[in-house]
Amino acid sequence: MESSISIRDLDLRFGSVEVLQGLNLDIGVGEFLVLLGSSGCGKSTLLNCIAGLLDVSDGQIHIGGKNVTWAEPSERGIGMVFQSYALYPQMTVEGNLSFGLKNAKMSKAEISQRVARAAEILQIEPLLKRKPAALSGGQRQRVAIGRALVRDAEVFLFDEPLSNLDAKLRADLRVEIKKLHSRLGNTMVYVTHDQVEAMTLADRIAIMKGGQIMQLASPNEIYNRPKNLYVAEFIGSPSMNFIHGELKGGDFVADGLSIPMTGYEFADSSEKEGKAIIGLRPEHIATGDNLASAVSRTKAKVSLVEPMGSDTIIYASVGSHPIHIRMDGQATVKPGDEVEIGFQPARANLFDPSTENRL
Amino acid sequence: MTEQANRLLDGPRGPKPKRVFSRRNIFLYGTLLMVTIYYAIPLYVMIVTSLKGLPEIRLGNIFSPPMEVTFEPWTKAWGEACTGLNCNGLSSYFWNSIKITVPSVIASIIIASVNGYALANWRFKGANLFFGILIFGAFIPYQVMLYPIVIMLRELGLYGDLSGLIIVHTIFGMPILTLLFRNYFTSLPEELFKAARVDGAGFWGIYFRVLLPMSLPIFTVAVILQVTGIWNDFLFGVVYTGPEAYPMTVALNNIVNTTQGVTEYNVNMAATILTALVPLVIYFVSGKLFVRGIAAGAVKG
Ligand SMILES: Nc1ncnc2c1ncn2[C@@H]1O[C@H](COP(=O)(O)OP(=O)(O)OP(=O)(O)O)[C@@H](O)[C@H]1O
Ligand SMILES: [Mg+2]
Repeated sequence: MESSISIRDLDLRFGSVEVLQGLNLDIGVGEFLVLLGSSGCGKSTLLNCIAGLLDVSDGQIHIGGKNVTWAEPSERGIGMVFQSYALYPQMTVEGNLSFGLKNAKMSKAEISQRVARAAEILQIEPLLKRKPAALSGGQRQRVAIGRALVRDAEVFLFDEPLSNLDAKLRADLRVEIKKLHSRLGNTMVYVTHDQVEAMTLADRIAIMKGGQIMQLASPNEIYNRPKNLYVAEFIGSPSMNFIHGELKGGDFVADGLSIPMTGYEFADSSEKEGKAIIGLRPEHIATGDNLASAVSRTKAKVSLVEPMGSDTIIYASVGSHPIHIRMDGQATVKPGDEVEIGFQPARANLFDPSTENRL
Repeated sequence: MTEQANRLLDGPRGPKPKRVFSRRNIFLYGTLLMVTIYYAIPLYVMIVTSLKGLPEIRLGNIFSPPMEVTFEPWTKAWGEACTGLNCNGLSSYFWNSIKITVPSVIASIIIASVNGYALANWRFKGANLFFGILIFGAFIPYQVMLYPIVIMLRELGLYGDLSGLIIVHTIFGMPILTLLFRNYFTSLPEELFKAARVDGAGFWGIYFRVLLPMSLPIFTVAVILQVTGIWNDFLFGVVYTGPEAYPMTVALNNIVNTTQGVTEYNVNMAATILTALVPLVIYFVSGKLFVRGIAAGAVKG
């Protein structure tokens, strides 16, 4: 894969605070990469390093095959969209869009042509003469994207562009960004807190923790085969159930529970023995009609029911282990009921308690 | 469901009635009134006195309005009052003050705003040290520096000259103004600055095209601070300029303290009001902007 952005052994320190350490990342041409991680893990810092807004402490950054480690932000062929939109309040929308082009000493005709094209793509033509204060949040964010668009940048950097918007608008703009990506086909790096955004937009997701990338893989892979406990816990809502136990002769055994692991793909295709943690997604615990497909069955005692419309989350206990299960929204269960549940070893996840890595 | 009509019960409904003469209001407005009187009475006395003739003043009723309004004290204060050496009134000193204030206000604000901008946004190496030294400068008593600066200006050949005083005012305005601008620029969203950098604007491009247009309130505050501070300055004026170049405040002092002949209270009052006129006008014209600018640090731009 030809890489559009290549980050090599990147270190970034603020004084004595190590924010990024020895980070390596290759992003392919036209790829949509999402950086996902909890607050303070260094996502924005990484993005600012790529943009050239922060001087790196060590390592290199290559964009489009050029080493841009020392280049100015404007020379890197990037466009950036910020969470707070960061529109210039004294300029009209048109002024905002053309500011970067004017700085690049582009001809008037070229500028107006590019502005018109961006406005057309983003459907903000009627707003061109307005000031940002007279725009709604969604319109502002569109203008902010337009500012990156007019630059014809090969790389778009987004730092939580939608997190200031309400849920509905967020969903709309998410779709628009996805369409924009397939239309323009340029590389996009997108920082977010929102798992749904990450799962729906990304070609690949990089899960970050403490300045390091915990897993870099497709959304499908991250969801189904998380590489370690952190990723497993981070992805999915409600989060995965974890039960501590032991692997004995092909079975996972915990108190009051025994699940044969036939069909589980071990990381290096060799069965393991000894202490383990099993991770079960609430939606992968079979109930009702799905029980037929489950290998091992047991009973769970319901303690709390959360109906969410499309589905229902129940909090229950198996033996001494509390678990939560996602059931069909039409299910009728009450606290105190016993429900039959089943496990599908092929969809389970096993982790080593000491290294926290996938078994 | 009950009927529409009886859903509303008797008792409180709509906005809560406010009593005009509540204890709180009496206390609040009483205090305001007292403070207003405290500040307004001296001004009143000055204006009234400046419009009276000397015989009327000798009657001693300083609060009574003039029986016969005369503008003669004003013309005398402006054109003929004696300031020790000559008797040309305040007019030439008024122009001295203008010649001192205008360049020092402009120079100090330009330099300080660029300083503040560099400190807030460009965090260059040693920025914190530089800022620390600058702030420390604000706390050194002027008296300590008075004489060393005399020597420095003399060595530069600027002592006793308007330009020397302009330089002194510009330098002494630096700490507080730089702090003011730095804090204002820090309060602006940082992403705006980042966006401008991605858009390829440089140091000056960002300053002039992005930040300046957003900074009218803080510039107003700076102008007011500097105009009043420099216009009202007496100490530097008397120390660093010679008799020909005295600012208006020094001349006023000389008029009031002239010991020859009778004390012309009306002329003194008129001269004082004339001297205070410039800061007064500045406040009236830009008071609203001033308040907004002071508050701007607290509200996110
Ligand atoms: N200027 C700075 N000086 C010192 N430490 C900083 C500075 N900027 C960021 N940090 C630290 O670097 C770490 C990473 O910050 P960063 O802004 O990249 O987090 P983030 O992943 O974007 O978080 P969020 O999701 O909340 O935006 C944080 O722990 C933060 O405290
Ligand atoms: Mg961030």
